[in-house]
Amino acid sequence: MSITAVTKEGPAAVAPAPTVGSHVRGYWQRVRGGDIGALPAVAGLLVLCTIFSIMRPSFLTAGNFANLFTQGAAVTLIAMGLVFVLLLGEIDLSAGFASGVCAAVLANLITVLGYPWYVAVLAALLTGMVIGTILGFLVAKVGIPSFVVTLAGFLAFQGVVLLLMKEGRNISVREPVVVAIVNRNMPVALGWTLAAIAVAGFAVVQLLRYRSRAARNLINDPFPVVLGRIAALALVLGLAVYVLNLERSLNVLITSLKGVPIVVPIVAVLLVVLTFVLQRTSYGRHIYAVGGNREAARRAGINVDRIRISAFMICSTMAAVGGIVAASRANSVDPNTGGSNVLLYAVGAAVIGGTSLFGGKGRILDAVLGGAVVAVIDNGMGLMGYSSGVKYVVTGVVLLLAASVDALSRRRASATGNR
Amino acid sequence: MSATPLLELRGIDKSFGPVQVLRDVAFAAYPGEVTALVGDNGAGKSTLVKCISGIYPIDAGEFVFDGQPVTISSPRDAASLGIEVVYQDLALCDNLDIVQNMFLGREKRNGLVLDEPTMEQMAAETLAGLSVRTVKSLRQHVSSLSGGQRQTVAIAKAVLWNSKLVILDEPTAALGVAQTAQVLELVRRLADNGLAVVLISHNMNDVFAVSDRIAALYLGQMVAQVKTTEITHAQVVELITAGRSGELGLAVDPGVNGNGAAPADSTTGGVS
Ligand SMILES: Nc1ncnc2c1ncn2[C@@H]1O[C@H](COP(=O)(O)OP(=O)(O)OP(=O)(O)O)[C@@H](O)[C@H]1O
Ligand SMILES: [Mg+2]
Repeated sequence: MSITAVTKEGPAAVAPAPTVGSHVRGYWQRVRGGDIGALPAVAGLLVLCTIFSIMRPSFLTAGNFANLFTQGAAVTLIAMGLVFVLLLGEIDLSAGFASGVCAAVLANLITVLGYPWYVAVLAALLTGMVIGTILGFLVAKVGIPSFVVTLAGFLAFQGVVLLLMKEGRNISVREPVVVAIVNRNMPVALGWTLAAIAVAGFAVVQLLRYRSRAARNLINDPFPVVLGRIAALALVLGLAVYVLNLERSLNVLITSLKGVPIVVPIVAVLLVVLTFVLQRTSYGRHIYAVGGNREAARRAGINVDRIRISAFMICSTMAAVGGIVAASRANSVDPNTGGSNVLLYAVGAAVIGGTSLFGGKGRILDAVLGGAVVAVIDNGMGLMGYSSGVKYVVTGVVLLLAASVDALSRRRASATGNR
Repeated sequence: MSATPLLELRGIDKSFGPVQVLRDVAFAAYPGEVTALVGDNGAGKSTLVKCISGIYPIDAGEFVFDGQPVTISSPRDAASLGIEVVYQDLALCDNLDIVQNMFLGREKRNGLVLDEPTMEQMAAETLAGLSVRTVKSLRQHVSSLSGGQRQTVAIAKAVLWNSKLVILDEPTAALGVAQTAQVLELVRRLADNGLAVVLISHNMNDVFAVSDRIAALYLGQMVAQVKTTEITHAQVVELITAGRSGELGLAVDPGVNGNGAAPADSTTGGVS
């Protein structure tokens, strides 16, 4: 075949090896072409943190840093599940109250019926899975738009929470294991060990990948870039663990308060597992395919209905995890658990992080980065003494901003033929 | 050029409810040859292709593949026989890269984990085997490709699986002059590599440029299947628009069996 005017370079296998410079240029080109990924979230995070640190010095303390994690965990977990549904181009408006239902199941089993924590946790997760199955079935098999199905779920689950709460009374959760999830910290040494394991594991995966691609003469990221990635993770994790391991008790004589909150490794493990599922398994590949072009996926022999149902199952199950964490944080479950701003914060987290509302684009890490942005806004504005009213307005504006960035970058991408 | 067809259809009937779309259709595709399938809009070309690829069940008729009678009841059956279809709308996922698209639904795995290096290598080899040099990186999203490049990826996807028969539904319909030439060259190369190729096209220049045989459908009937060298441009146009041309095609009056047998071709689908 003659080489046409379209491109001038040779086939992929013999293209010149990329250098650090060409790698950076390639990245910048993708960004300019509309493929901005998590860039807005990272930039937003830096800007927000800088502003809040200047305005309120108490923002930049070890104690507040730990607060960010415990405050943002539930929303982030729900957002991680939402990514699956958003990747399909669907939406789950019921995720917030689904987490409330699961938390109510947990509280009832532990406090009212006296079951051990693992039974209650399992039942809560199972409840989430069942909810997701029903939602997914209605969307995929019956063919109702997910917006309608989950809007109905939003209302119905709100009612279910009320019913489970015996008309409005809240149920306290005093079970030590459940309470520990958000309210207890890991020993200092364990925090360092886990961080070291995480960095080492990441390094091994990256280096093995580099070697196997190099052995086959495939295009590789430049080695310094690979090393840089590992170093960046080590730096971020090291810094976070260091700060979280600082003493944050006001009076050490009464009680010592330091270490990484237990919920952090839980979020981290789920981040790794779900990222693995999305990026490294054919199931994950099929999720992207269904979100990108459902008909193409169907013709490729992918069972589209099964993919869609399973995405809703994962989403609601993650909502259950979020509900458990919320119950742990509040030491109780009330009719408003999973209500008010939880859902919008979660959707906002996913979208702010760079997950597209149009489907086919997004990562689990997006939910975590976006969750961090939401937590910082909520926390920082609280410190500055703004009322919830202002907080809601600002978060709403940020969500709109993120959605506009999504829509605009999409337009730009189709204009430049990038995506 | 081989004399025995790789795929032979006989007496295919297909109706959608009361509408009979295919009527007693006979068709053959030969290894190493490009068979052009022509016909007016609504003649039933795409329907015939979908019957071959297992998307539509047939009402009557038989398939013979590689000398064996077969039944194809799903796309999977067709794929396992080595039949691949490049649909007119291509069916690529814009948000996935070239390699991911080529292996979609049939990913190579190492246990649970996707085997990306193997897939990338196989994709590179397939594209190199087709002498495709127009894509910059195998890891670029399909959305960033030109129409011709996308068509190339769709065709490469079809030949990746040791397929024996590749069917292309109007692969050049949306392409400019240069890219059309590029895709036609690729089509020719597939046949030269020994595959049986079926090319659906409305463009007579394309048809005469690459095909070895021409099969003409007229209102759901196969009116002729002849060697390209033995028919003229004008005759094909007549077959497409009127269903007959001189000795070829449908009978003049009903009742007389004016079978339009093409010389030296036993698989002519003259039907009255
Ligand atoms: N699923 C269907 N249900 C009912 N009728 C159909 C269906 N698919 C196709 N037809 C009819 O069958 C006839 C043949 O359609 P087909 O798509 O095979 O034509 P074609 O030869 O591919 O035309 P074109 O050149 O426009 O692509 C048309 O009259 C069409 O209306
Ligand atoms: Mg057609």
